[in-house]
Amino acid sequence: MIVTTLISVLVVSAIAAALAALLALSEYFLANYGPCKLTINDDKEITVEGGSSVLASLVQEKIFIPSACGGRGTCGLCKLKILEGAGPLLPTEEPFLDKAERESNTRLSCQVKVRNDLELAVPKELLAIQEYTCTCAEIIDLTYDIKLLRFKLIEPATMDYIPGHYVQLLTPPYGKSRQEVYRAYSIASDPADKSIIDLIIRLVPGGICTTWCFEHLKVGDEVRINGPYGDFRLSETDAPIVYIAGGSGMAPIRCMLFHMQNTANKRKAVYFFGANAPDELFMGDEMQQFEKDLADYRYVPVVARPPEDSKWDGETGLVTEAVQRGLKDAPQYEAYLCGSPGMIDAAVEVLKGLGVEEANIFYDKFA
Amino acid sequence: MNLGPEIGHALAVCVAAIFTQNILLAYFLGLCPFIGVSREVKTAFGLGLAVIFVMVSTTLLNWLAYHYVLVPLGLEFFRFIMFIIIIAAFVQFVEMAIERFSPFLYQQLGVFLPLITVNCAILGASLFMVIRNYSFIVTIGYGLGSSVGWFLAIMAMAGIRQRLANDRIPRGLQGPGITLIIAGLMALAFIGFTGVLQGK
Repeated sequence: MIVTTLISVLVVSAIAAALAALLALSEYFLANYGPCKLTINDDKEITVEGGSSVLASLVQEKIFIPSACGGRGTCGLCKLKILEGAGPLLPTEEPFLDKAERESNTRLSCQVKVRNDLELAVPKELLAIQEYTCTCAEIIDLTYDIKLLRFKLIEPATMDYIPGHYVQLLTPPYGKSRQEVYRAYSIASDPADKSIIDLIIRLVPGGICTTWCFEHLKVGDEVRINGPYGDFRLSETDAPIVYIAGGSGMAPIRCMLFHMQNTANKRKAVYFFGANAPDELFMGDEMQQFEKDLADYRYVPVVARPPEDSKWDGETGLVTEAVQRGLKDAPQYEAYLCGSPGMIDAAVEVLKGLGVEEANIFYDKFA
Repeated sequence: MNLGPEIGHALAVCVAAIFTQNILLAYFLGLCPFIGVSREVKTAFGLGLAVIFVMVSTTLLNWLAYHYVLVPLGLEFFRFIMFIIIIAAFVQFVEMAIERFSPFLYQQLGVFLPLITVNCAILGASLFMVIRNYSFIVTIGYGLGSSVGWFLAIMAMAGIRQRLANDRIPRGLQGPGITLIIAGLMALAFIGFTGVLQGK
């Protein structure tokens, strides 16, 4: 009995080991694609070890291509033009590429394997993305569930960003969270000091990153972020601006307001800030300072449900209702929105109803 | 060994496995990728080809492993673990080889190969081969027949679903729901084939 058990365990282990050895050998010979040269934008050349996906190879070389699904082929964010050497289009890429993209050799970089030399076209903004180490310089409580985190960049020491950009904050493993995760937050700081990055974060119940920020992060801790990412930014025109954002959506708006102040931008601007109660309005004094410093800026806080006994005499109701009431000469305005998809969809409807052109409505939806 | 009757037996088993004992429509094995990948004829074709290749190869490999390793050592009860290990290792190896040597083949069926490892029709075919005590030649016929039968079923399903793509199906039945109903109807149709072999 014991002998049989021993023999059987040995035999099965031996066969499994033999197969594993066979696989390891074949991987060494078959999957060994040798060093491959990636030529980027006809300009930069890097040599990587073949066998990984284009996405993984680029990220390893510190070229950060956006990816929400981690290379599983389900998010479609990692599109790149691969001009030469990619091989035929794979079935896993087909759902994400329309006809124009296929004709221009756009591929999903997480599905294309580096097997030979490749020629890639990477958008310039992606090449500017780097990983930064920084220390947490300050944690300021804004409301009961929103904090401002101030990070001082160490290496590299400054970040060149455009107001409206976001960064990805790396949350290390802690407690029940076993893996590192990245979460995106808009930059809220004053662009005049490129060594400081402010983030405005609202606690999401059960959220991995926000729980870490609220319960574990301390002043002095070292943190990693990468960026800058995103297409949300101010236009170059002179059209009047309407900002609509609530809660932590203020982040990119605050950055844009600082920028307008630094560049003496004279555009007319109005900011509708929605909150549920008067004590959820924050940075009121900063906003009032902007009203003094900027050429033509009006701050309109909107409280959804002021408590019975409050002395609130400002706008009430939903922020979209306040916009409906308060925005005059709407068709001339450009709109910049930041918030939850529900709020943004509602605001877009209201703005279109008031006559704002759809092409002049810009937004940053929280994923 | 006398080859004539062997080959005759193999052919009979092959035909039976395609029509009357279709591993999918009669034994309901391999339903997961059947429902999941049968929306378009093109992808069904790639997956079907991959299943044919893997099923024929693994039934033969498993036959060898069973009769020359497990039986002599009296370890028949290990066949479940053994077969799965062999199937998984084989599929890994083939995927690496195809990716290296034929980008075209890799495009057609390479991405489906990992999906096939967990296709229970593959393991099922090997286990049936053991239960029914098929010889090596007959196993070739059985593996080929089973996989071609599976291929036929998924191609037929893909054709039907492609036709239905623009029709209005009640919301609760869209996707897997209507597919299972169609599969049931196809299974009923294939039962009609059993009459063909009754004469023997």
